[in-house]
Amino acid sequence: MPRISVKVDGIAYEEDVEPRLLLVHLLRERLGKTGTPAGCDTSNCGACTVMLDGKTVKSCSVLAVQADGSDIVTIEGLAANGSLHPMQRAFHEEHALQCGFCTPGMVMAAIDLVRDTPDPSEEAIREGLEGNLCRCTGYCNIVRAVKRGAQEMGQAVKSS
Amino acid sequence: MTEVGKARRRKEDARLLTGRTRWTDNLQQPGMLHVAFLRSPMAHARITGVDVSAARELPGVVAVFAGQDVAGEQGSLPCAWPVSDDIVIPEHPPMAVTEVRYTGEIVACVVATDRFKAADALEAIEVDYEPLPPVIDLETALSPDSPKVHETGNQAFSVKITSGDLDAAFRDAPVVIDRTYVQQRLIGAAMEPRAVLVSTDGDTFTMWTSTQIPHVLRVMLAMVTGVPEHQLRVIAPDVGGGFGTKLQVTAEEVLCLLLCRKLGKPVKWAESRTEGNLAVHQGRGQLQHIRLAADSDGRIRGLQVDLLADMGAYLMLVTPGVPMLGATMFNGIYKMDAYEFACKGVFTTKMPTDAYRGAGRPEATFAIERIMDELAAELRLDPIEVRRRNWIKHEEFPYTTIAGLTYDSGNYEAATDKALQLFGYDKLRAEQADRRDRGDPVQLGIGVSTFTEMCGLAPSRMLGEANYGAGGWEHASVRMLPTGKVEVVTGTSPHGQGHVTSWSQIAADALGVPFEDVTVVHGDTAISHKGMDTYGSRSLVVGGVAVLQACEKVREKARKLAAHLLECSPDDLDFADGAFKVKGTDSQTTIQELALAAFAAHNLPEGAEARLDSDATFDPVNYSFPHGTHLTAVEVDTETGHVKIRSYVAVDDVGKVVNPLIVEGQVHGGIAQGIGQALYEEAVYDAEGNLLTATLADYLLPSAADLPDFVTDRTETPATSNPLGAKGVGEAGTIASTPAVVNAIVDALRPHGVRDVPMPCTPERVWRALEGGRA
Amino acid sequence: MIPASFDYVRPGSLAEACQELAADEDAKVIAGGQSLLPLLRLRLAYPTKLVDVARLPELAGVHDRGDHVFIGAMTTHDEVMRSGVVAAGAPLLALATAMVADPAVRHRGTFGGSLAHADPAGDLPAVVLALEGVLVARSAQGEREIPAADFFVDYLESSLRQGEVLVGVKIPKLGDGWGFHYEKFHRTAQAWAIVGVAAAVRRSNGSIQEARIGLTNMGTTPVRARAAETALEGLELGDGLRQACEEAAADTSPPADLHAQPDYRRHLARVLTHRAVRTAAGAP
Repeated sequence: MPRISVKVDGIAYEEDVEPRLLLVHLLRERLGKTGTPAGCDTSNCGACTVMLDGKTVKSCSVLAVQADGSDIVTIEGLAANGSLHPMQRAFHEEHALQCGFCTPGMVMAAIDLVRDTPDPSEEAIREGLEGNLCRCTGYCNIVRAVKRGAQEMGQAVKSS
Repeated sequence: MTEVGKARRRKEDARLLTGRTRWTDNLQQPGMLHVAFLRSPMAHARITGVDVSAARELPGVVAVFAGQDVAGEQGSLPCAWPVSDDIVIPEHPPMAVTEVRYTGEIVACVVATDRFKAADALEAIEVDYEPLPPVIDLETALSPDSPKVHETGNQAFSVKITSGDLDAAFRDAPVVIDRTYVQQRLIGAAMEPRAVLVSTDGDTFTMWTSTQIPHVLRVMLAMVTGVPEHQLRVIAPDVGGGFGTKLQVTAEEVLCLLLCRKLGKPVKWAESRTEGNLAVHQGRGQLQHIRLAADSDGRIRGLQVDLLADMGAYLMLVTPGVPMLGATMFNGIYKMDAYEFACKGVFTTKMPTDAYRGAGRPEATFAIERIMDELAAELRLDPIEVRRRNWIKHEEFPYTTIAGLTYDSGNYEAATDKALQLFGYDKLRAEQADRRDRGDPVQLGIGVSTFTEMCGLAPSRMLGEANYGAGGWEHASVRMLPTGKVEVVTGTSPHGQGHVTSWSQIAADALGVPFEDVTVVHGDTAISHKGMDTYGSRSLVVGGVAVLQACEKVREKARKLAAHLLECSPDDLDFADGAFKVKGTDSQTTIQELALAAFAAHNLPEGAEARLDSDATFDPVNYSFPHGTHLTAVEVDTETGHVKIRSYVAVDDVGKVVNPLIVEGQVHGGIAQGIGQALYEEAVYDAEGNLLTATLADYLLPSAADLPDFVTDRTETPATSNPLGAKGVGEAGTIASTPAVVNAIVDALRPHGVRDVPMPCTPERVWRALEGGRA
Repeated sequence: MIPASFDYVRPGSLAEACQELAADEDAKVIAGGQSLLPLLRLRLAYPTKLVDVARLPELAGVHDRGDHVFIGAMTTHDEVMRSGVVAAGAPLLALATAMVADPAVRHRGTFGGSLAHADPAGDLPAVVLALEGVLVARSAQGEREIPAADFFVDYLESSLRQGEVLVGVKIPKLGDGWGFHYEKFHRTAQAWAIVGVAAAVRRSNGSIQEARIGLTNMGTTPVRARAAETALEGLELGDGLRQACEEAAADTSPPADLHAQPDYRRHLARVLTHRAVRTAAGAP
């Protein structure tokens, strides 16, 4: 069984994994990182989106062995020193979540989108989130939250 | 009143936003085993043999069972709504024993030490099937020479309701419109797939399950499995959306309970999305034949509805009740002289249907709102105008409809006027005319839906009259903690609706305590012992009122204690901002002080209990009737058939609003799901009964990129049937948006000879409709 | 769902990867895994072994090689989209790649992987076909160049042989006067193309000198719309374009599936080819 090393939310792990173990299984079932849920079999829903070496991936479509040596950030690793990431805060302010199941993936995708396009238009937000499905919100408030989150992330950069 | 009406940010969010969630599949129990189900690849077949011996030998496999192995103990999945005297409720074994009747039906199960080994073992089970003919089409299913789903035949029930003189209404009517509409089957696709975990300490069983109905489920599981109700605890932890699909007593829940009982060990099953598409009950599934008679000025004389409702292979919890929830709604907001509703439930070899957002009312609303547009077209009237000529006027409320419901309140004029203004109706009509004149390949269509629905399920007496197996009340209890904080225990079971926040607002106002000082507990039958759970836009209208009434009882107890302590009469006390004040004096005491005094119990009035805690069970006297006017403009590419929603305006009247942010969110999500039905979604079965849309790559859900922003607003006509004046909002958006979108598409293409496009209005179907119009 | 068991190797060199693949006919290459993993999870494929080539340096990088752009097979879609070399030398590819799947999938999915997967519904095969790319494969026997027209053999089947690994693709640069476009038609943003049309058009003096058109999802492989290309040759920009594009579906056998029947696909091919060519040619 291959042995892999990964860093997840700042903690280094070494694990022996079956080759077929998906990254999402590694996170949820081996490391107890259940903040990242799995919502489909075909990489459509995006609920399982995490950052792998700084870029979003769908953790249901990455083998744990493929992630060997990488640095992973999940929804559980976003808040720093007990304060929410600006995008998390924006989702709260704009009521951009209802059941919350898509939220971890949606927030990760939104952060990636804003890193790439710091001041996104509504159209850019909608297209940038096309890989993340939500069944509750109709996306209106998610789009608003991403706009607000982008502003706050921009201010955070300026002030740091 | 300071909290109710405020756009409070949700208390639920922080946990969900940081991944500190309690989805059932997150939960573990020591020594937990994993369950996987083998499902039938055939729509209809006799099971002639199941060989599980090879699977049993695989490493990590603890047990393998086929239907035969549990035939004596698995019971039959319940149907709680025998809608007619002639109803046939077939046996519904959780695991098929002799025959499978839909693709995806469970035929065997594996229990293993991990979910990988369980999945592997499924492939080692051999099942011999003797194929039987599938039954797919609703009309041919009822012909005498059709193959049968059950020995009793393919008709599950038949119902006919008449009101007024239909023959007179249609006789010599200047206008008769006759249409057939198909309500395609839908997959609810809540983002969280189902999961079940059951553990036992030898005496009692605890089930964690992704359900909307922990309370109802507990009762039904006790009845089905014989596990005594008092030894069964059901917990709905975090539940990731439901939309009706988790309003069910599922085969998987029953089987996991049985497996835990047989093995004495905790077992967990977690569904894959593909399993869910196959085996979560589906929504809609109706063939609607609608006839409408009108005068030449557009006034409706009569409406005749003849439905075939696709039950699928079995009757599940409320399967036959779904079309009946529409039985009194096809008349919509309109006045007429005569009405007839006839419905036959039809068995097919497909996944059973059951509740899905709106359940019966979207189907009814679609039919009436589509045919109103056809009436307008026939008479060359504006579709808004034809509606105005027929709807119940504001001053006519309360109004008893031709279908026998009494709509307590409404103001269709106000909602429509506001919507027209926000939408820019006249300008869009001008653009439409211009595009038509220019022969623009992209045509503009405008669609309207002036809908109402009945929700707030439901007055128990009315449910009894409808032969439903339970009541429609809701329960709440309020615990005043010694430090003045408040625990509200609700019988509703939220899964995204924000009850913790809204109930906190209600309690904060009623008790005069800070919003932050209230917590809401739900979804665990050991803690919240009474409840009817969450569906049918009932939670606020019934459950929220129960919270209010329980708080009022707390207040009255507190008043008595305050009077005792302040040495005055209870009538001399004014209550404001959480304090009882003796009229005309400075003497007062707060509800928090009273909570502590009750806890200490040193000085209570004669005969008083040492608590302020109270509970209430509210049973509404009538349904509630939210309404609204939705308008949408779509661009239809006549070369490709592609439809783009350009703008969408929704003005809803949901009565009094507790939290406008949450209300708006419900409307947004509802609209999106209704658009999904109109444009994208369909559970497609082929002629053999195979589901072709088993993954989200084939069952298309709209993403952010496929939808526009929705402009929402409200009018506020309070409900008179409950003290909150609220009407319910969970389903309104879904009910309204589907006909609005299809009306818009047909409106765009009417000059091309198109008068209908079947749902979902895929580009190909739009193109074919245009080709048909050209021919 | 959960894949069936398989072995996994991550060879240190391309030669080693070729050996692994040559030794086991049921071994399969895994690159980004964005097409393969869903198939494995749905248990639609049962490879004995996955040979992970994603980290092989021989397969990495985008290079400007004068008359063509060489794109290493393991270049992710995201890298292709952002590459200045691709933008300058093969802008049609950059445009089409931005329409593949979604951002997270584009971070993992690779250019070579999506070609080797040979899915006629994928966007990139038709683009590479239209651009007359040449696919470079390596095995223990050496290197082989395969013109795109010979690479796509059947549904999910390429002409790669056992023991061969796709190393990269040469995309010839289009010279001056070429315009391009990719028209993707799908039901939702996430859905596969019902039909896609990749068009590259060389104009001069107000008329079309040459057109290359690749069609997505119009057969078991990506196909060239040869008849339309011929009809467009020498045509002045104007009303005649639509007429010429009526040939776009000639000699195609489009699939019938959940999302479209063949006659509708043929109709779409004609309409979308006209749109793609019109945009590519800069016609009004």
